[in-house]
Amino acid sequence: MTAAAITPSRKGAGFWGAFARNKGAVIGLAFLTLIVLMAAFADVLYPDSPWDMTAMPFQPPLSDDALLGSDTLGRDIAAGIAHGARVSLLIGLTSTAVAVLIGVFLGAVSGFYGGRVDDLVMRFTELFQTIPNFVLAVVLVAIFTPSLTSIVLAIAIVSWPPLARLARGEFMSLRSREFVHAAVTTGQSNMTIIWRQILPNSLSPIIVSASLMVATAILLESSLSFLGLGDPNLMSWGYMVGAARTVIRQAWWMSFFPGIAILLTVLALNLVGEGLNDALNPKLARKGRS
Amino acid sequence: MTETPLLDVRNLTIDLPRGADRPHAVQDLTFTLEPGEILCVVGESGSGKSMTAHAVLGLLPKAVKVSSGEIRHQGTNVFSLPERDQRALRGGRIAMIFQEPMTALNPLMRVGDQIDEVLRYHTTLDRAARRARVVELLGSVGLPEPDHLRRSYPFRLSGGQRQRVMIAMALAVEPDILIADEPTTALDVTTQKQILELIQDIQAKRRMGVMFITHDFGVVAEIAHRVAVMQRGQIVEIGTAEEVLNHPKHPYTRQLIAAVPHLIEHREDFTRARQPVLTAEKVCKTFHIGGGFLTPGRKVVAGDDLSLTIHQGETVGLVGESGSGKSTLGRSIVGLIKPDSGRILFEGVDLLSLSRPAFRPYRRHVQMVFQDPYASLNPRHTVGDIITQGPVAFGEDRHKALEKAKALLKLVGLDASAAERFPHEFSGGQRQRISIARALALEPKLLIADEPVSALDVSVQAQVLDLLEDLRHRLNLSMLFITHDLRIAAQICDTIAVMQKGRIVEIGPAKEVFGNPQHAYTRTLLDAIPGKGWTIPEDVVPVTRRSAALRSSA
Amino acid sequence: MPRIALFISQRLVKAVFVVLAIAVFNFFLVHAAPGDPAAVMAGEAGAADAKFVEQLRQQFGLDRPLYEQLGTYMSKVVQADLGYSYRQQRPVFDLLVDRLPVTLSLTLTAFVLALLGGIALGTLAAMRAGTWSDTAITVVGLTAYATPIFWIGLMLILLFSVNLGWLPAFGTESIGAGYTGWEAFLDRARHLVLPVTTLGLFYMAVYTRLTRASILEVRDMDFVKTARAKGLPEWRIVSVHILRNAILPVITVAGFQAGHLIGGSILIETVFALPGIGRLAFEAVLQRDYQVLLGIFLLTSVVVVVFNLLTDLIYSLVDPRIEVAP
Repeated sequence: MTAAAITPSRKGAGFWGAFARNKGAVIGLAFLTLIVLMAAFADVLYPDSPWDMTAMPFQPPLSDDALLGSDTLGRDIAAGIAHGARVSLLIGLTSTAVAVLIGVFLGAVSGFYGGRVDDLVMRFTELFQTIPNFVLAVVLVAIFTPSLTSIVLAIAIVSWPPLARLARGEFMSLRSREFVHAAVTTGQSNMTIIWRQILPNSLSPIIVSASLMVATAILLESSLSFLGLGDPNLMSWGYMVGAARTVIRQAWWMSFFPGIAILLTVLALNLVGEGLNDALNPKLARKGRS
Repeated sequence: MTETPLLDVRNLTIDLPRGADRPHAVQDLTFTLEPGEILCVVGESGSGKSMTAHAVLGLLPKAVKVSSGEIRHQGTNVFSLPERDQRALRGGRIAMIFQEPMTALNPLMRVGDQIDEVLRYHTTLDRAARRARVVELLGSVGLPEPDHLRRSYPFRLSGGQRQRVMIAMALAVEPDILIADEPTTALDVTTQKQILELIQDIQAKRRMGVMFITHDFGVVAEIAHRVAVMQRGQIVEIGTAEEVLNHPKHPYTRQLIAAVPHLIEHREDFTRARQPVLTAEKVCKTFHIGGGFLTPGRKVVAGDDLSLTIHQGETVGLVGESGSGKSTLGRSIVGLIKPDSGRILFEGVDLLSLSRPAFRPYRRHVQMVFQDPYASLNPRHTVGDIITQGPVAFGEDRHKALEKAKALLKLVGLDASAAERFPHEFSGGQRQRISIARALALEPKLLIADEPVSALDVSVQAQVLDLLEDLRHRLNLSMLFITHDLRIAAQICDTIAVMQKGRIVEIGPAKEVFGNPQHAYTRTLLDAIPGKGWTIPEDVVPVTRRSAALRSSA
Repeated sequence: MPRIALFISQRLVKAVFVVLAIAVFNFFLVHAAPGDPAAVMAGEAGAADAKFVEQLRQQFGLDRPLYEQLGTYMSKVVQADLGYSYRQQRPVFDLLVDRLPVTLSLTLTAFVLALLGGIALGTLAAMRAGTWSDTAITVVGLTAYATPIFWIGLMLILLFSVNLGWLPAFGTESIGAGYTGWEAFLDRARHLVLPVTTLGLFYMAVYTRLTRASILEVRDMDFVKTARAKGLPEWRIVSVHILRNAILPVITVAGFQAGHLIGGSILIETVFALPGIGRLAFEAVLQRDYQVLLGIFLLTSVVVVVFNLLTDLIYSLVDPRIEVAP
């Protein structure tokens, strides 16, 4: 009763109100918008292929023909970053989408049906959580040859277990909530119960996790391409850092700027994720601060 | 009284943070606690009674501040003391026990060590002396084998045992004041009785002042010397137990007392007509908790040979303490649990033998009202949706169903416009009415009510009970009413079945079971009802419940 | 203590099953690898004529049905036979054993430091929640959490080796310096500073967050209120009642995530040219040496399983409620 009495009422604050109260989240969203715009207009900003030689090799930043310098083969770093944004965002989003599909499906089935099904699915999930995830991603991409598809699938395959556990927990707790029992006793079908009663109520934590997972996926993608396991046809930030690794003593900018791009994107996504958390799970957010 | 009071609270005002539902948690509170008395502070949830207790010990949450007034302990203002001295007071001179014994002890520390801690910081005893004292304390609160129990971790103890440990801990350095914040609310009646007796006993022996916070007038009648009644942060009435219980003056006190469920209501015997609506025959259910590979897990028998019948228009009460398995039977009837064996006949058809699709048509005849009004309504659906989902699932036209829902909302005492709103806009009592409307939307013949009022405040409790009573007469419903509270069962049930450890130990007409209990356990339960020696004063209008239900705004 | 013995044996059995399952998974990955394994092997061995391929196929039982091959594979795995790398002209297992110590010393040091640092910083942040020190720790943590570790590594090299010249950037020891005894140890330690920092920083950020959240949660629990009501001094409430309860879940999660550190070591060893498993993995990727890659996969999984077992063991000694753990 004490808790109820001192909880400030949040009525009317709304989603955006709660989101905007987190300053970091607003900054993150602004950054993210910029990055998305950069990705969208990469072709306009840098119409040439980022693989083209457009300048002298080893040009430092702020030189005439390359704002952020050029790499060992005279490719424009800035152009690479603009085009790389596309790859990072694309892979981050699609692999998260796939991971969410796998994870939520398995978690939902496991949590809703419980019993043996749950046992089986959870053992399977634990197995995947035990396997060192980056090693598995490397093995999968190497074996199935690096391409957009294999990278997306590899990242999804190593990323779904936490989502499955989360979805399972949500489904399990909601499954035993009285309003779900009420839906059972009033004759609603399992499908209706899953779609109308449980899923909408478990969505907020899943959305929050998914937004954070996009960030992790981008980090994974950059790590893979850093090792040379990126799609050979696509310019990506990780590849740029990896390729510049050996010349770090002579040309710091080649690895510095792409790294900053990764850092800012991932940071922005994390900030937005936390903002979503504040806006969607006000209870948890309160615990985190105060 | 001329001696200085133990505790003297003067004009205490505690502010709530901005944005709360009211500016002050408590306002201008003045009362005293004398040596050797038990002062009961009574009120409904949100009345500020807990906040007051926490303020005395300086345990208020950070967002909440004392804005004016003082609390004097034997003449010294507590707020003016340096932190060090306040700490010496806490646990030294003033001790506190809490509502939830399950979470109030540190799970990673042996209970003996937790008591030892108090001695370490408030006395100069050496190790051996402290150890002897811990054993002595554990023994004094009636715990078995104190020397062995000292080394147990809290998770090994039952709720009652943990509360005893808490009391032992509170008594460690013989404080002058014990503050008990609803210490028995989370316990079963029989355990409650033991703990109340223990507190009374200790209080009398040591002449402590006890500030006992509760919402239950039965408990008040059992132990109070003086009573303070709180409403929305203010004391509306304070006086001796005799005065307040038997000659209440303030309308709010009278309203609360009127709502207290009476043990024996003079119900006419129910006459059984024709075939029963529902017959349960030898229903058995055992749960396997935990366990897995290599470990067998724990077995809990929730149903052992359960048999009962419910006739048309009859209300059967299923009474028992927590873990007795009373909910299991109700849930088996609506198909939420599958029993291991036995038969459940609805109008002659064995529901347990039916396949899922074959069972479905029967669902609409048996509906359920749930315990927790905050968990039983989907927060994302409108009330209209919630009520119509059942009928729509059974093929009714959505518009028609909505019209019917609105009529039902009126029937349960709400406005038809409630259909467009969301559950969070309603109070607990109103939500429970919505929950009842949902159950009625399918026009059931049998209603299973699983502790439908146990999460509500007393005054709201009475209104919801009246509503149920009214509806079952109007709609000629049969009802299985599951409760842990015998007083409530006495009010609403025609037939009573008493459950213990998965078995029905006694079943019969309410009058018989309450008037002339046959089984020893039934007698124990009846004996444990708090305040059974107190009869609610005649002049407190026993509100004609029916009308209360109709004008209610729960 | 039969209860703990039971618990541990239960975990052991489970661990064995996990390892077997991973081995099976590994077997199917071998078969999913592109191209005919025999042809690949022949290619690796530098001979590609059809007769040799056929001979290899028979020698390795590749003409047998799949389940039989699985059986052979499993019995080999049990005997620590992980195949032969034609590229390196050595059995895979020997290669791995050679490289393991470097990786273990890197990851274990990083893990311990990250855990200690994370718990300390997380506690500090939670105790001062809402103040500038909390904000500072949170912001730095968030940044570390968002930075790719290979890039941190490169930047640290740039700063501390290239610009300041304080620390060596590559390898495990100064080649040709001829250090012995204590000097050799110091030299090795100096070589580990940057890699360990790089790997540890990211995980320190993770554990800081975890600790902070856990403490804030425990801080509001009833038994902490009880401790306050007992009149205990603040430091005792924090150390005995809050910290012990808050750190237990952090250790569980950290133990569970140990596998991620091993993954991270692939990147770290590549950046810092350390001759460990990770570097071997990188070379195997470049050379498409699948036998080695899959051997690494199996071995690192086993290491993680062993590590999880150790965590369970520690946990069972600390938490009296162990029997209720799933």
